[in-house]
Amino acid sequence: MANIKYKTLIGLEIHVQLKTKTKMFCSCPTGFGGEANTRVCPVCLGMPGVLPVMNKKAYEFSVLAALALNCNIARFTKWDRKSYYYPDLPKNYQISQYDLPMSENGYIEIPTDGGETKKVRILRAHLEEDAGKNSHATGNYSQVDLNRAGTPLLEIVTEPDLRNGREVRSLAQQLQRIVRYLGVSEADMQKGHMRFEPNINLVGEIDGKEFKTAIAEIKNLNSFRALERSVDYETNRQLEEYLETRKGMGQVPKTTRGWDADREITVHQRSKEAANDYRYFPDPDLVPVVLDDAWFEQIKSRMVELPLAKERKFISKYGLSEYDAGVLTSERSMAEYFEEAIEAGGDAKRVCNFITQTGLKLANEAGKSFVDLGIEAKKLAKLSQMVSDGDINASAATSLISKMVESDEDPMVLAEKFNLIQKSDTAELEAIVEQVFAENPQAVEDARAGSKKEKKSRGFLMGQVMQKTKGQANPKVVSGILAKKLS
Amino acid sequence: MTKKLDYDEVREVALLARLELCDNEVEEFATQLSSILEYIEKLDELDTDDVEPLAHSLPIKNVFREDIPRECLSRDEALSNAPDTDGEFFIVPKILDDNSNA
Repeated sequence: MANIKYKTLIGLEIHVQLKTKTKMFCSCPTGFGGEANTRVCPVCLGMPGVLPVMNKKAYEFSVLAALALNCNIARFTKWDRKSYYYPDLPKNYQISQYDLPMSENGYIEIPTDGGETKKVRILRAHLEEDAGKNSHATGNYSQVDLNRAGTPLLEIVTEPDLRNGREVRSLAQQLQRIVRYLGVSEADMQKGHMRFEPNINLVGEIDGKEFKTAIAEIKNLNSFRALERSVDYETNRQLEEYLETRKGMGQVPKTTRGWDADREITVHQRSKEAANDYRYFPDPDLVPVVLDDAWFEQIKSRMVELPLAKERKFISKYGLSEYDAGVLTSERSMAEYFEEAIEAGGDAKRVCNFITQTGLKLANEAGKSFVDLGIEAKKLAKLSQMVSDGDINASAATSLISKMVESDEDPMVLAEKFNLIQKSDTAELEAIVEQVFAENPQAVEDARAGSKKEKKSRGFLMGQVMQKTKGQANPKVVSGILAKKLS
Repeated sequence: MTKKLDYDEVREVALLARLELCDNEVEEFATQLSSILEYIEKLDELDTDDVEPLAHSLPIKNVFREDIPRECLSRDEALSNAPDTDGEFFIVPKILDDNSNA
């Protein structure tokens, strides 16, 4: 058995569609769907004689995203043509950025096991235009839809700092949260708003001899799961292949492999014998962008508290578990809602449970986000206080949350209306206890302190009180009364 | 005289430009392209050490549009120049090697 040591080097090329209303260089609307070739104009169709004009919002979105990725923002950036012969971009070039990208040298922090974070370096992030969509119908032809052509894309290239599928997935999820918090992308992988192409190879030693496998790029990943599984699959595949052939980088060309989601394997697509010759050159149709201080400050002022910072705050300041903090910060609107409810006097743990246990279930059933259920944060805070004050019990709170989805009334009013207020009045409850005692003399005897059946009988008496009060007695108060009377 | 560009380089450039050249044309373009390169090389005589690289020939920067949608072409208009369509899509020869890289 060979003595094998290796690590997997994974770098990502990421494309994030920016959520602008219009395309990068023309005024056609962006958006998923739409009938084929109905969101096109002479500019994105690559007609001769047209002039592309930059979308200001797209540039500002890219600056905001690059700032969140801790990149250096270039104060001077320009546009280049990347030669590209493929029917999904009819100009035969893609407008992109080559030697002067709008940002470079950043990092993204991802959580690792044990509550630590890891910095994954970002080589660069630049703006470019998306291509159209080819579909390969049956028959001897392909169909081209150019609706997507020209949609603004932020291309992010990481250093090969990732080591396994879990880390890759974690990065993808962090990035999704970040761009959603910033409001710069919908970042839905299924819809192709966010596309990941991992580059993978292994470096290590077999029986003391160094080895390096050839790099494979994986395409066709449209879920977090596919991303994670494909990376782990490819790691094992490369190791096995190397052990069998003993041929690595230099002897085997770089390849592109496609993920087959049904079979959960990567499939060879093609070899890249030579580096692509894109023949970049500055686009004469487009003028450079100069970001001056005033404009830069204005964009910076739109920065929000980022999800990982919020998540850490929820753990340290509010004492939430890592899991709960992760769930609450998965959507900015929900995280901000939570903070608003705490501000309004809600108990952190309780409000968190209201949202993550009851709220999200209701939201799911309604096919909405939690915030769109329309419960005001301050009302949820009040509900939390009602539980703390003993006005209602936890199960009443749960049922009140669903009533609050349907009604704008104050939770206290709703609690009264649906008879959910707990009886905490000692005098009133004492009278009921007396009554129960009178009806159950044997149980009272058995429940005296020190009796063998003490625990069971007290439980029985408590049950009787609950029955008489239709479950509305405050169990804490009742058990206090029982303890006093039976001591 | 050795040419600036040999036949293989001309074939490579032709491939990149998706042009199909016969042998006569390869020879012809090797000569033409070589003399073009030679002519351009005159620029090397200029000392540009203290000259900033130029990103654009016009002294203009920051030309933007606002993010406001405007009307597109109708689909019929969009497809009207296409050599082949099915009324919805542009039809192109079947793409086997999906080399989409955008």
